[in-house]
Amino acid sequence: MMTVTDSPGIWVYAIVDAGDGLTLPKVAGVAGAEVRTAPLGSVTSAGLTAVVSDADLAEFGEDALRAHLEDLDWLAAVAQEHHGVIEAVAQLGTVLPMRLATVYASEASMRAALTGSEPGLRAAMGRLRSRTEWGVKGYVAQPKVPAGGTVPEDSADAGAGMAYLRRRRDALSAQRESWRGASDGAQAAHAELARHCAASRLHPPQSPQLSGRKEAMVLNGAYLLDNDRAAEFSAAVAALNDSDPRLRLELTGPWPPYSFTAADA
Amino acid sequence: MASVSTDRLPAQRLALVDLLDRVLAGGVVITGEITLSVADVDLVTISLRALLASSGALAGDAGRAGDPYG
Repeated sequence: MMTVTDSPGIWVYAIVDAGDGLTLPKVAGVAGAEVRTAPLGSVTSAGLTAVVSDADLAEFGEDALRAHLEDLDWLAAVAQEHHGVIEAVAQLGTVLPMRLATVYASEASMRAALTGSEPGLRAAMGRLRSRTEWGVKGYVAQPKVPAGGTVPEDSADAGAGMAYLRRRRDALSAQRESWRGASDGAQAAHAELARHCAASRLHPPQSPQLSGRKEAMVLNGAYLLDNDRAAEFSAAVAALNDSDPRLRLELTGPWPPYSFTAADA
Repeated sequence: MASVSTDRLPAQRLALVDLLDRVLAGGVVITGEITLSVADVDLVTISLRALLASSGALAGDAGRAGDPYG
């Protein structure tokens, strides 16, 4: 049982290097909270600084968070606020984003946890310096619908049902073929794009219910690029898009390097 | 040359679903005295799926959802 206390929790947005400058851009945090920096402060870690704000534990404590995370509107708002701070801070220099809803009971516990992880944080910082994340999503290209006349209409009464079933089966089979082709194309595209970047990672395909897209997703890749290779990468995506009619690629970004904070990424 | 490519493949406006991919599955996770870190992404995506299914959003797509490659 936790002691009831008035002291707020701490929401952590990101870790930055004080060497990049600590004049925070004007940006509101989660629930409009004021964003500030909190040096991690151990003697050996001069420079690593957390970007944080107070977070009311009545809304952002463990039980409340669990309930809120089921609420898509709440999640959307908080995700945008979290991202807004990280993006603003990224203007200063290298930023190490924290996963959404990293909340500590107090600044002291935040310091204790992060200070213990410093070597890993420093290493991640080093990998991400002067690099940016980009996203490439691939969809099955809308198949060219065969003209209606290709399936002969059976004139006999008994044939109507059969004809319907045949058309349905043909349509399903064509869809499956399109998906297979696009999937093959996506694998090749990912391999080609990975050649341009420092690291790459595949996210699971997005749910059509969340994305609102009808076409099946066959690629949801994240690519960590040296900053001076962004134009080259964009051109590579465009070239792949032109060369493979089975596949339609979309570029997103630049992103803070969310997908590349882990050592194995 | 690069500008042509950029014109043809504009980086999209921030889409919520792309953001959720990243903030829920990416970012630094540090275990410790955390009240909650969404370390278990599955928990969240399952919750979202349940939410969406219950909202009836699936009904219109039932035909496609049943496709064998799904």
